Amino acid sequence: MDITTFTSNKRFQIWGISLLVVLAALATLPQWVGSYYVVLLTFILMYILITVSWTIFSGPTGYMSLASAAFFGVGVYTSAILFPMTGAVLPLPLIIVIAGIISFILGLLVGALTLRLKGIYFAIFTFGLVLLIQRFLLWFEMNITATRGRFVATLDNNYIYYVMLVIFVATLLTAYFIRRSRFGLALQSIGENEEAAAHIGINVTLVKVIIFAISAVFMGAAGAIMASKLIYIDPYIAFNPLLSFMPVLMAIFGGLGQFYGPIIGAAVFAYLQEFLKTEFPFAYMFTFGLVLVMVMVFMPSGLVGMIQRLLASLKEGPQEKSTPSWTLIFSFLFGILGGLVSWFIFRERRGARVHLKVGGVVTIIVIAFYLILLLLAYLGELRSGYFGI
Amino acid sequence: MPRGVPREINVRILEGEGVTKYFGGLAAVSNVDFHVDEGEIVGLIGPNGAGKTTLFNLISASLVPKPGVIKFKGENITGKKPYQICRMGVARTFQMVKIFTNMPVLENVRLGSFFGTLPGMSSADIAREAAELLEFVGLSAMSATPAKDLTLANQKRLEVARALATRPELLLLDELMAGLNATEMAQAMELVKRIRDKGITIVMIEHVMKAIMSVCERIIVLHHGEKIAEGTPREIANSKKVVEVYLGEQADAGS
Amino acid sequence: METVLDVVVAGLLLGGIFALISIGLSLQYGVARVLNVAHGEFIMIGAFVTWVLFEAGVNPLISLMIVGPGAFIIGFILYQAMFNYIRIKAPSLDAFEGNSILAAFGLLFVIQYIALIIWGSNIHGYTYLASPIHLGTVTVATNRLVTLGFTVVISVIFYIFLALTRLGKAIRAAAQDPATAGLMGVNIKRVLAICFGFGALMAGVAGVLLSMCYPINASMGLHYTIIAIVVVVLGGMGSIVGSFIGGFILGIVGSIVTYFDPGLSMVAYYLIFIILLLVRPKGIMGK
Repeated sequence: MDITTFTSNKRFQIWGISLLVVLAALATLPQWVGSYYVVLLTFILMYILITVSWTIFSGPTGYMSLASAAFFGVGVYTSAILFPMTGAVLPLPLIIVIAGIISFILGLLVGALTLRLKGIYFAIFTFGLVLLIQRFLLWFEMNITATRGRFVATLDNNYIYYVMLVIFVATLLTAYFIRRSRFGLALQSIGENEEAAAHIGINVTLVKVIIFAISAVFMGAAGAIMASKLIYIDPYIAFNPLLSFMPVLMAIFGGLGQFYGPIIGAAVFAYLQEFLKTEFPFAYMFTFGLVLVMVMVFMPSGLVGMIQRLLASLKEGPQEKSTPSWTLIFSFLFGILGGLVSWFIFRERRGARVHLKVGGVVTIIVIAFYLILLLLAYLGELRSGYFGI
Repeated sequence: MPRGVPREINVRILEGEGVTKYFGGLAAVSNVDFHVDEGEIVGLIGPNGAGKTTLFNLISASLVPKPGVIKFKGENITGKKPYQICRMGVARTFQMVKIFTNMPVLENVRLGSFFGTLPGMSSADIAREAAELLEFVGLSAMSATPAKDLTLANQKRLEVARALATRPELLLLDELMAGLNATEMAQAMELVKRIRDKGITIVMIEHVMKAIMSVCERIIVLHHGEKIAEGTPREIANSKKVVEVYLGEQADAGS
Repeated sequence: METVLDVVVAGLLLGGIFALISIGLSLQYGVARVLNVAHGEFIMIGAFVTWVLFEAGVNPLISLMIVGPGAFIIGFILYQAMFNYIRIKAPSLDAFEGNSILAAFGLLFVIQYIALIIWGSNIHGYTYLASPIHLGTVTVATNRLVTLGFTVVISVIFYIFLALTRLGKAIRAAAQDPATAGLMGVNIKRVLAICFGFGALMAGVAGVLLSMCYPINASMGLHYTIIAIVVVVLGGMGSIVGSFIGGFILGIVGSIVTYFDPGLSMVAYYLIFIILLLVRPKGIMGK
């Protein structure tokens, strides 16, 4: 049902065709690349689908859910119990569906419980939930089942990739159609003004809870298939709080204004993350933190929003009011830190020549990223007459 | 409801019996009986803190009376949810305008049609109806403007249009005139009359006495959560009790 | 009877630490509106600096005087340079709170990494005032008692500061309504930065005292941050008194649960946290 006036049919067709091309490329990919890239792409698809499903609910409503890790972890554990090393209890597709259903039910439960919570309380509740489940499971596994961790049956990399691709496509389609449906409009109006939404006939409770639960399905499904990639799992791995922050960050990094914002954000970010993680497990953390801070400070409207704003400001002149000089001090501070991290990246891998080369590339990327941000900040200030121009 | 329904029938569209609401130990609305007849414009007045908006919140189900019963078209609606009340045919506006500021004007109105009415309307119908309503309130020229860029008067008009899009039989207007200049106020009064002419019953909270006196057919006066008077504008203007309440408030304000 | 007394005393000592680490966070969220998830990292840095100074022969109680002001300055600059900028750009308070959590999360990683680079991932510790004191039938370590004493003294000083001084009044005004406080002539940006600085100061001080009682390592921060968040929610966000009382409540609960099954103490904290959010999100002292 087409209800959005902004999107004409022609644009829809262009998007549809280009999407099909991308999809065809993704589907045939394992034929012409090595297994390293298949695994890498599996991770990237996972991050995109988790980010997109996070955005289904949290994007339009503005409720910052940090429960992603809980849903993902539930999926992982469903797989671990039904698909153990010793032999599968059920066929894998069924297990993935079951994981989705359990996540859905958990989503309903959390959604119904948190109806009264707004703003930051919702965020910390959902985060607390992740930690509660993690800790309880840890205690339960140690004291009741006497197993700290579990082993999951392994699968062929290509198989995992294709399953992930199916879930990925399902997520994207669902997100797209929810966004374009009445539900999407309703969610948006809830984000704008929940009370007014209720008084024009929107069943706010139902919409919120259902959509929240639907967004949980895909995270659960992704967790179920990722379990066999992880092979060994324990509560710390399955319910990793970092995974709650990742989708939020990736979505904001890309920009929440457009449908493709979170997709682009997650793709770029996930690639960088996997790359850094394998090459520099130590410096990865630092870079991650640095990027997080910089994104929040310099581009709260995301990659897409920033590019849009930049284009607009080049076309129409200054857009924003002047920014404080602290920005520059802050920039220099992080510039020094950026230099430090590059140095450590070199130091960490000084032995191997290949790594030195890769280290150089990463350093250049980090520094370039930093310089671009600095330039943008400078440009913004310049244009708004901060330096009296 | 088509226009021209004979007035004498006096069908009660809204009734309240012993409606009460406590906030902590304080009675915001206390044991109020009221009724609204179909096709009327009823004014709800009273000093600040008299419980007018609370009564609106009770009718539109933001709050639940305890004790007390509210009936809409003879059906007990106490304890229903706001969205149910809206779909039954009661729409409202807010004292502080609550529009969807980041959406275009037209989208605001379309949302009302989408969810406020029974399902089954086609997209084309909804779009046409939204355009008509914008025309009706005089916002056609701004249908693509983000709602946040409208003037206060236009935001209020938009809120009315959005409420009308839910196809109400009863419309609750909370201080429509507040903050408007003389011209805008005259337009708003005219708008209220035109809405009534569509066959929609109106209850309005208002502080602007000129507006209330010229538009309303009947006025209910609240004071400290209690109903202290009810009658035609003339009766209210001559009521000793009402004058005392208002003068008393003025005296308080002066001291 | 003796076990009961033991559990209660252990709970009070634990509660003192909990209260100490929470007051700063409460201030940072209550006034500056930043739910600083990097709070624990300030604690960690405070603890490590104390350890380094102790190895160099400096008394931890003297480090207190160095770490506190140092943390304040870092916190002040961080708010001015980073969070204030996010605040200006955010379209709404909700957006600011969301963005600042994420930025603080990034800060957590940056600080932790720097600490890992400098001090490595090993567990460190030193012995100071570890001699036992006998209070009737209960035996406690001196440093725990000192920590408890400091917690009470610092909290009281802080409370008096907020209640009586000019700056304290400005802070309380900013906490209630920043816009109006700004109109009344309060330099909002500076007051918020000062509050954030005070939060960092409290964290640093807590780190110094913690390092006397517990072994420290570079990734200890998050654990304390989470406990502090639980306490702050328990006491009511932004309420100093609430955090103080909440800390002791959680300490006693923790000590009771630990008595039965140490593995369940974190589960108990989270359970209290979650139930409290559902039943009374404003906390015990919230308005």
